[in-house]
Amino acid sequence: MSEQNSLTYAKVNEDVIRMLDKPTVKWLALFLPVLGFVGFGMFCFLYQVYTGLGVAGYRHPVFWGVYITDFVFWVGIAHSGTLISAILYLFRASFRVSIYRIAEAMTVFAVLTAGLFPIIHLGRPWFFYWLFPYPNQRELWVNFKSPLLWDVFAVSTYLTVSSVFFFVGMIPDIAAIRDKVKEVPRKIAYTILSLGWKGSNWEWLHYSRAYLYFAAFATPLVLSVHSVVSWDFAMANLPGWHTTIFAPYFVAGAIFSGLGMVITLTIPIRKIFALEDYITLDNYDGMAKMIILTSLIVGYAYGVEFFMAWYSGSPAEWGQFYYRVTGEYALFYWIMVVCNVLIPIPLWFKSVRRNIKALFIISIFINIGMWFERFNIIVISLSQGFEPGAWGIYKVSWVEMGITVGSFAWFFMFFLIFIKTLPAISIAELKEILPVPKKEAKHHG
Amino acid sequence: MDNQGVLGIFSYVDLTVNAVRKLKDAGFKNLRVFSPVPNHEIEDAVGEPESIVRFFTLFGAMLGTACGIGFTVLTSSDWPIQVSAKPIVSIPPFIVIIFELTILMGSLSTLLGLLINSRLRRNAPRNMYDPRFTDDKFGVMVTCGKDNVKKVEDILNSQGAEEVKFDGV
Repeated sequence: MSEQNSLTYAKVNEDVIRMLDKPTVKWLALFLPVLGFVGFGMFCFLYQVYTGLGVAGYRHPVFWGVYITDFVFWVGIAHSGTLISAILYLFRASFRVSIYRIAEAMTVFAVLTAGLFPIIHLGRPWFFYWLFPYPNQRELWVNFKSPLLWDVFAVSTYLTVSSVFFFVGMIPDIAAIRDKVKEVPRKIAYTILSLGWKGSNWEWLHYSRAYLYFAAFATPLVLSVHSVVSWDFAMANLPGWHTTIFAPYFVAGAIFSGLGMVITLTIPIRKIFALEDYITLDNYDGMAKMIILTSLIVGYAYGVEFFMAWYSGSPAEWGQFYYRVTGEYALFYWIMVVCNVLIPIPLWFKSVRRNIKALFIISIFINIGMWFERFNIIVISLSQGFEPGAWGIYKVSWVEMGITVGSFAWFFMFFLIFIKTLPAISIAELKEILPVPKKEAKHHG
Repeated sequence: MDNQGVLGIFSYVDLTVNAVRKLKDAGFKNLRVFSPVPNHEIEDAVGEPESIVRFFTLFGAMLGTACGIGFTVLTSSDWPIQVSAKPIVSIPPFIVIIFELTILMGSLSTLLGLLINSRLRRNAPRNMYDPRFTDDKFGVMVTCGKDNVKKVEDILNSQGAEEVKFDGV
């Protein structure tokens, strides 16, 4: 972290709190269109509620389409946030420090977005609470043997735990803002949110312990959530879905796509707020290396799927995979392969990993590729099952596209609000990796 | 009676740690150190016992496991419908629910443990806190008897405190 040695404790406070100044015209120029798209997405949803699910492209035999694709995509995006904040915390990887808050915020907002899709996908969304086990007059309980119910537990636990982790991590930083801001309404808001944090030794003692336990809980949780999501598919006896590799394949894919999204989000923020001293090329280098690893795992999974389809000797399985590369959806399949396996290859070179423009472009392609990966798994498998008589084609409708675009806007809306209201870089943790201020100039990292 | 608060403000960790050591040597036990970051040297100097948050975590996680087992087994037995030719009480799928509830309740009780424990001992007078403690200053607060105030002040000053403040409790 040699680039961060010029920073001091006071400068960190100043720079991070500076990001919370009044919204600029540029921020508004981003925020207003985003609000417009959120509105359009809501309009599409209301139109679908009013008209019925027929306005989505669902046709026999494909009854899981873009909404479920979006669900899996957003849950996946959430994952690298927890990876960076919890897993890398446990491994004491210092390159996480300046980016983890942004990644964590991304996690919370992505899960918030993901959680909408199973509800949007329901024929009667107003009965979504039937998914939860609660005592009712029919004395009926939910079916705990269904992977869809595991999802309810996994995703709601994930949302709760990652929100708690996100908030607890921010408490000392919110206190730092509280002590700096002058305007009364802001002061009151930050005072309440800081929960009276004073930074005394007792607080730090319990805080450090609690934070470690949160990280220790979040780590297996993050691996379980995407495994559970993958079992939504893998538990079903359908060619293309029914495979044991799905859990690790989905988890690697989730981290891969999430890292792509972290890079896509942090590059503009770094530029706009002039955070080059904080989010350094070393940070990107570290993330790019993890992208290489996860890209390799994902690429390996693509290959193994074909091998298993061939080696199993199941004509339906082999037919499904042959159809993926040559059928009506072949274009989507090849987009996926190019974006997720080929485009990240230049990251093997250090000069590319440290080239911000190249990283930004690669990260966009990763986002696209991973969306298509989910689409391919879900839709292509459903459209060609066992029975040739029951094969069919699914076409995405404008309502589904509208809601998908709306979901991206919804995610960015939360993100833009976050950037202007909460500390986007962890003040306390950043100070921890700076040299400790000592009278006798000894440097401890 | 310990009823007077004396606060010394420092800019450097080593001076803060020395002051804490000196104060402890002089027999002052009621110390509170403020810092913008957690610091092991300060922790060692103050000599705090291990945080009890871990018991909250353990208890919450165990409670979550118990709830997960109880919830799945009891509700399945309450309305026994056989699904997919599987036993009514079928452990492998229940493990997922049990796992998630363990994590959920373990995390929430950790949060509770954190809030309770860092609040319980919040006995410092409000005006003894300095907003610079979240920025770049360190503080050592001693609660002592009225007759010892001068002694504490001298120790703090001799260890390089930039400012010393007083307050009654």
